[in-house]
Amino acid sequence: MDHLDQLEAQSIYIFREAFGRLKKIALLWSLGKDSNVMIWLARKAFFGRLPFPALHVDTGKKFPEMYRFRDHYGKEWELDLRVEPCPPIDAVDPTLPPAARSAARKTEGLKMALAKYGFDGLIAGIRRDEEATRAKERVFSPRGLEGNWDVRDQPPEFWDHFNASPPQGAHLRIHPILHWTEADIWAYTKRENIPIIPLYLAKDGKRYRSLGDQDITNPVASTASTIDEILAELEQTKVPERAGRALDHETEDAFERLRVAGYL
Amino acid sequence: MNMIVTPASPATPNGTTRPQVRIVIVGHVDHGKSTLVGRLLHETGSLPDGKLEMLKAVSARRGMPFEWSFLLDALQTERDQGITIDTTQIRFRTNSRDIVLIDAPGHAEFLRNMITGASQADGAVLIIDALEGVRDQTRRHGYLLHLLGVKQVAIVVNKMDRVDFSAERFAEISDEISAHLNGLGVTPTAIIPISARDGDGVAERTDRISWYKGPTVVEALDRLEPARPLEALALRLPVQAIYKFDDRRIVAGRIESGSLIAGDEIVIMPAGKIAKIKTVESWPVTPIAGRQGAGRSVGITLDRELFLERGDIIAHATAAPRETRRLRARIFWLHDKPLAKGDQILVRSGPKESRASVVAIEKAVDPGELESRENKAIGRNHVGEIDISLSSPIAVDSYTENPRTGRLVIEVSGRIAGGGLVLSVDAGQRAVPVDIVPVESALRPDERSARYRHNGAVVWLTGLPASGKSTLAKALERRLFTNGGSPILLDGDTLRAGLNGDLGFSTADRSENIRRLAEVATHLARNGHIAIVAAVSPAREDRATARRIADIAFREIHVATPAEVCEGRDPKGHYKKARAGALASFTGIGNDYERPEAAELVIDTSTRTVAEAADEIEQMLKATGVLFDEIVDLAANI
Repeated sequence: MDHLDQLEAQSIYIFREAFGRLKKIALLWSLGKDSNVMIWLARKAFFGRLPFPALHVDTGKKFPEMYRFRDHYGKEWELDLRVEPCPPIDAVDPTLPPAARSAARKTEGLKMALAKYGFDGLIAGIRRDEEATRAKERVFSPRGLEGNWDVRDQPPEFWDHFNASPPQGAHLRIHPILHWTEADIWAYTKRENIPIIPLYLAKDGKRYRSLGDQDITNPVASTASTIDEILAELEQTKVPERAGRALDHETEDAFERLRVAGYL
Repeated sequence: MNMIVTPASPATPNGTTRPQVRIVIVGHVDHGKSTLVGRLLHETGSLPDGKLEMLKAVSARRGMPFEWSFLLDALQTERDQGITIDTTQIRFRTNSRDIVLIDAPGHAEFLRNMITGASQADGAVLIIDALEGVRDQTRRHGYLLHLLGVKQVAIVVNKMDRVDFSAERFAEISDEISAHLNGLGVTPTAIIPISARDGDGVAERTDRISWYKGPTVVEALDRLEPARPLEALALRLPVQAIYKFDDRRIVAGRIESGSLIAGDEIVIMPAGKIAKIKTVESWPVTPIAGRQGAGRSVGITLDRELFLERGDIIAHATAAPRETRRLRARIFWLHDKPLAKGDQILVRSGPKESRASVVAIEKAVDPGELESRENKAIGRNHVGEIDISLSSPIAVDSYTENPRTGRLVIEVSGRIAGGGLVLSVDAGQRAVPVDIVPVESALRPDERSARYRHNGAVVWLTGLPASGKSTLAKALERRLFTNGGSPILLDGDTLRAGLNGDLGFSTADRSENIRRLAEVATHLARNGHIAIVAAVSPAREDRATARRIADIAFREIHVATPAEVCEGRDPKGHYKKARAGALASFTGIGNDYERPEAAELVIDTSTRTVAEAADEIEQMLKATGVLFDEIVDLAANI
């Protein structure tokens, strides 16, 4: 077993635990490279199908390429796709800095979708290496009744035993690719031939390393126009993956405040 | 469309073949873990651009001196409180290793985070403040590393600048921590003097530690070995789920150890049903050929429709796990409410869950204390050994047999409350496996008995220590052999050296010892031999079990030598030790020997010679139809 095989086996194990131990789960599909790998892994776990809904909480501000990708592959992969809208910006905490406030719409949209369907588990494609607060996550991460995350009081999690009994009315976030890195995602995408959105590949000296909403995501300088070139670039770079995400850099604690409130 | 393919092995990520090693840095609060991590990232050139400058700017804004530990303390709350809250995973590289560093917090309150981090680690760095020395949390973390199975531990003695880089102080701490870890069976891979703040000993040996000749921290990390897959052990595939998405019935799970391939004959435990693996299913291509090894998440189909469920264990029929409702475990406890005798808990062993109750707390200590005081209950952050009785049978291995399937987790009210290692399994309450058909010997019992001139039997000698059981057993063995028979001696102590080496002297372990003796002896008896068992076997219940197992072949002899005579002999010095209180659970000086009430023979060795006693046994064996020397008129005994 090589490194990618090990990552894959671990993620499949997590998917099967989530499906087996929770009553009503959904996968959060943000259309980006990570959640596409996640869908692929789920299909490996369940022999070709996704036996629960794929939920896209739509801010309405994604790139057109992303919407095209969603509509095409949602059909091709036979997903039970649920697109859920987000509330307008006025409904969001005005004390947050602008980019974080824009991102927080997604948190509210997520809460609305949770209330609508009553999911007890949401599968999310966050990774430990993306960002320092995500590094502190559990694989099965309980969320309070408000969808909030209490970083100070997280249950112990060891030997692949997960706390899968959220309190009545609360839900769990499940993170099947928490242990993957950005390079792992690309190496696996290449090996498995998983379709990608072309925005990740360099055009005119720029490419997106991470895709969010158009108004708060910027490309990075790059000449990497194939996955192999992306991998070579990642070997060399010291620029963090989310450098193009405005909300990470507004204030020291903006991202953490978002996460504590229930942001991914 | 079905095509068989073997999954290709692509190159490792980034086109490298560098082993990845996961490490955890543990130790007492404030001994400098985060500082060491920050320094390591800097020394190995692993920091993202701008990170150091950003943190220096943040420190300046707050009017504080820059601290290396800020690198990890990304959360606002942590900077406010000055403590690390949770496990952070960070990657960097040494010459030949990709290191994934799990920063485990040292604050006592956050032990569960340390366990969460350390349970994923292949190796550990245990950090000690040179001025403060070994503290309770240092010892506690050392003990937990041992419980979690982390065997590669490097010791770092930090803040050497605070003790003027004194070689004597370093030697003192080295000796103290080595003694503690050696007591747990852990040998440190290195002991390194450093100053994480200034960089001495981290990536280079500076003049200030010129007296130190060992590896730097980076060099020590470079020598760690990644975890080895467990392919060499017996197959264990715990069933996670059974899927029926289409016309296939797929049994899904992760191979924890061993390997499998289509066509293998397997047994499903605890039920003991036998089947063959028909296919190994996959996606996008299915079925797949080739052997699947430990670590893989697989899906298999079987050649027959059997009832199985989540939590069952699939093994090869020749090396199945034992099925049990009783086990002993060494655990660590994380719950606020101490674990006490009689508590109702939920035990998880892989995907299997079973309600259980705590039958006994054998040990309960705070691993942080130098003098381990024995407690009645296992408190939060303490460790202990417990006996568990399960409400339904589970298939499980002891930790020494299989580190993956020999561990369990305990839940209380839906939350993980502790975990630990299975020390021993008491398979006393066995279910008869449905499909296990023992292979018959090629010889019929009467063929053997015609040659040996006796039937098979289990001659069971019970009595106090030093009552003369072994002496009698050996005399009987010699005599039967001289007469052309086939006697085999099974001494309780002899089996404890090998087959029963996993058993201690608790009530449960003694029962299991007797059960195994009886099973082995009965197998010999069924094949025409006379198994002579010499064992104290003080519990009437255990001897009744032995009689049930051996059935009509069982002959019980009570060696009823008076207790004071036995103590007077004391050939092994056990009575003396027991009187001095140095030998726990010793039968003889208490009232714990339960005399047999219906033994086939009672012998007092203080009133007859060994030869006379052997005669009496021989007479009994003739009279009860074991020996053929005289024509036995069976009717006369009715």
